[in-house]
Amino acid sequence: MQITLNINREECPLDLDPRTTLLDALRNHLGQCGTKKGCDHGQCGACTVIVNGRRINSCLTLACMHEGDEITTIEGLGAPGALSALQGAFVRYDGFQCGYCTSGQICSATAMLDELREGWPSHVTKDLTGEAALSDAEIAERMSGNLCRCSAYPNIVAAIREVAEGEG
Amino acid sequence: MTAHHKMDEPDRRNRLDAMAQGIVGVGMDRPDGPEKVSGRAVYAHDGQVKDMLHGVMVRATIAKGTLLGIDEEPVKALPGVRAVLHGPRFLRNPAQGAAGEAPVQGSAEIAYFGQPVALVVADTFEQARHGAQSLALRYDEAEATVAPGEAEAETPEDKQSATGDLDAAMRDAAFSVDRTYTTPPHNSAPMEPHAAIAEYRDGKFTVRASCQMVKYNLDELADSLGVDAADVHLLSPFVGGGFGSKLGISAEAVAAALAARELDRPVAVALSRPQVFEATMRRSETRQRFRLAADADGRLTGVGHEVLVSNLPGETFSEPATQATPFLYRGENRVIGHRIARVNRTCAGSVRAPGEAVGVTALEIAMDELAQAAGVDPVELRRRNIPEEDPSRGVPFSSHMLEAALDDGAERFGWSDRPKGGTRNGEWLIGCGMASSSRVNLLNDSAARVTMNRDGTALVETDMTDIGTGTYAILTQVAAEMLGLPPDRVETRLGDSDLPKGAGSGGSQGASSSASSVFLACERLRCEIAERAGCAEEALTLKDGHAISDNRQQPLAELLQEPLSAEGVIHPGDAESRVRQASFGAFFVEVGVSAVTGEARVRRMHGSFAAGRILNAKTARSQCLGGMTFGIGMALTEELMHDPRDGHIVNRDLAEYHVPVNADVPQLTVNLLEERDPWTNPVQAKGIGELAICGAGASIVNAIHDACGVRVRDLPATLDKILPGLPERAGREG
Ligand code: FES
Ligand code: FES
Repeated sequence: MQITLNINREECPLDLDPRTTLLDALRNHLGQCGTKKGCDHGQCGACTVIVNGRRINSCLTLACMHEGDEITTIEGLGAPGALSALQGAFVRYDGFQCGYCTSGQICSATAMLDELREGWPSHVTKDLTGEAALSDAEIAERMSGNLCRCSAYPNIVAAIREVAEGEG
Repeated sequence: MTAHHKMDEPDRRNRLDAMAQGIVGVGMDRPDGPEKVSGRAVYAHDGQVKDMLHGVMVRATIAKGTLLGIDEEPVKALPGVRAVLHGPRFLRNPAQGAAGEAPVQGSAEIAYFGQPVALVVADTFEQARHGAQSLALRYDEAEATVAPGEAEAETPEDKQSATGDLDAAMRDAAFSVDRTYTTPPHNSAPMEPHAAIAEYRDGKFTVRASCQMVKYNLDELADSLGVDAADVHLLSPFVGGGFGSKLGISAEAVAAALAARELDRPVAVALSRPQVFEATMRRSETRQRFRLAADADGRLTGVGHEVLVSNLPGETFSEPATQATPFLYRGENRVIGHRIARVNRTCAGSVRAPGEAVGVTALEIAMDELAQAAGVDPVELRRRNIPEEDPSRGVPFSSHMLEAALDDGAERFGWSDRPKGGTRNGEWLIGCGMASSSRVNLLNDSAARVTMNRDGTALVETDMTDIGTGTYAILTQVAAEMLGLPPDRVETRLGDSDLPKGAGSGGSQGASSSASSVFLACERLRCEIAERAGCAEEALTLKDGHAISDNRQQPLAELLQEPLSAEGVIHPGDAESRVRQASFGAFFVEVGVSAVTGEARVRRMHGSFAAGRILNAKTARSQCLGGMTFGIGMALTEELMHDPRDGHIVNRDLAEYHVPVNADVPQLTVNLLEERDPWTNPVQAKGIGELAICGAGASIVNAIHDACGVRVRDLPATLDKILPGLPERAGREG
């Protein structure tokens, strides 16, 4: 089927099998391989992209459901020489080792900080109606959908904390 | 120019310390970082090419038998399907680490549930997946053995040893422990599933794959395909984690290459996550009996360690769980026993720190039990049992840092004023535990080429890999240090089989071996520069692109009329047998055990480690964080479950096989101790990637005991094992 996806502010016309996930459309049809496949089952977060400002697992959604949506992938957040604040912090804090989960971590963290700013509570938030504090526990809880087998977790939390505090 | 060096004698020159650039050891950011954080790093399945087809592997769904037939036709008739492939060259299981030849091949005989037996290739991934799911296989099923306890076990003579009289030592002991510990099978679960993209042109294969050890993988792949290694070009510049599972070539790379040749089109094959669980190496489950005999002061007089592990019939690898037992603690009466059960389960092989990961963990739980029995502080018990020399081989230690690590760790953690075990904090019972860590230190043959250009840049080249371990960073640093260049003037190229053959990543020898080869190449280059500058190499200072000698400073470019290139090759030698080499460390941890559910959570965890010269403080620390987290997984959640009927792995995905998530891991602290071990290699670095898992799980299990009195001897320590022991203490307010 013919569809057009808006990826990183660019219109991308595609002719796809309707079974194609957003993840496979990005990787196999557009050659945008920054978004990774770790499980294809919504269990690891490696494929996280930002759709209309919200983080989602791109392996769990079909590409044809996203015509007209604004899709942002890791390639759209920054590039070597022009890294986003989070990307730069991940480098400085060594918020990765093999780097395979990293695209997902950074997309996830980018949208997560918006969620925090907008006051969304999480499982560890004490007061559901008040503001969520920017504690390590909050960051860790909200980033637990993104697995990292290299376990850069403490560094991921530190990198996100620095960026969030810098903004706050 | 090639400089060879064999490690027969200790190297006490500590040459890196005499260099002027001051970049080795510094926690420099990874040069490959910007590419990784921006999604530009090209992993195996990212090197997509025009006209590429997609292949999906098909698995066997019986534990043992013969594949009678494959109903290809209906699948071939599906839209987009190009081929259904199978046959004698398909891999039954991945190659073991450093095999350098094809593993068992052929899809006709089935040895375990989940064995890859066929490949469906189609124009798109969706079509190939549908074809693979539709493929019907016909079998002649045979009686399988899937439970290690029921299987026949081999007792290889060279894996048994006994000195003195352990039975007598146990009889005469003031305090003793005789317990059996069990650990379940594990999966490495790297975040990048095993994948390959193969092309075939003019009789030559180009394969992008996810490999830990390119020089061996090249030979394994060529041998599997039945071609000359010269006709295969293997590329693995970025690897999304390995942890042992990518030591040897695996099924998808061979299948992709066969398909590319057959169809004359590039073919990409990636294992699905369930296939990673079923068709790549698992760590064998272990049953480990420990006998510890001690005198009235808690000094060991005897150590017995007898293990039962498993693997497929005919496989040479068997989990070396007793590897550190012969040298970690004193005791003159010793028994080592090792049996291998032959079962129809997914092939067993290396998973991060084969041997010590589970062996030291069981030993360190046993030591905690001994400390309790003897009424000695667990740290003190270990200090009292540090041997003067390797008690089994009678050779000296190259250096011994266990006591330093214990003291440093205890101090930093605040061991002496830890909360009293069982202190109640709301729902949580608090407890602390500790464990020693140790891992044998290895060196492997490794080669690298270093080229200095006239523009003041240098290029480091080797087929060595960076699987997240920091190779790009550390090789850049070693070359920058030796040649006196800012690190941004040095480029490191890795993971290409056309480059000099490096050690590969595995067994924690990659960093030290490949860094040594770069060091040797640079030393050779320094000699050449010194000659041109008219001084002795030792008198030459290289810094910031300048050569300084006899108070004369000149830009390096002036000394280079043309690019200057040298190769360095390190070889292991007699140092291996003349001394016992190991890295050491200590873990300290505080847990909370829920008095309501029995759930255990790590509240804080510290590790102090000594692993020779630290080449990059930042990446070395990250390796330790990773190891400690593997320990958290091993202690609390990770367990492959095999169906008792057919051995199939029931929890073959990341929703059911629980690797630690961010919220399971507190802000771990790590301290790296300074050490120069002259026997190891010319850069005096030792293995660190695996050290931090060896015993980590024990510190947590010991802390759980401290918190609630429940001694878990069957890992992981899930709530069902803790809860029944709780009620009596749970009501007590601290
Ligand atoms: S690949 Fe989408 S969650 Fe794992
Ligand atoms: S960096 Fe390797 S999985 Fe996260």
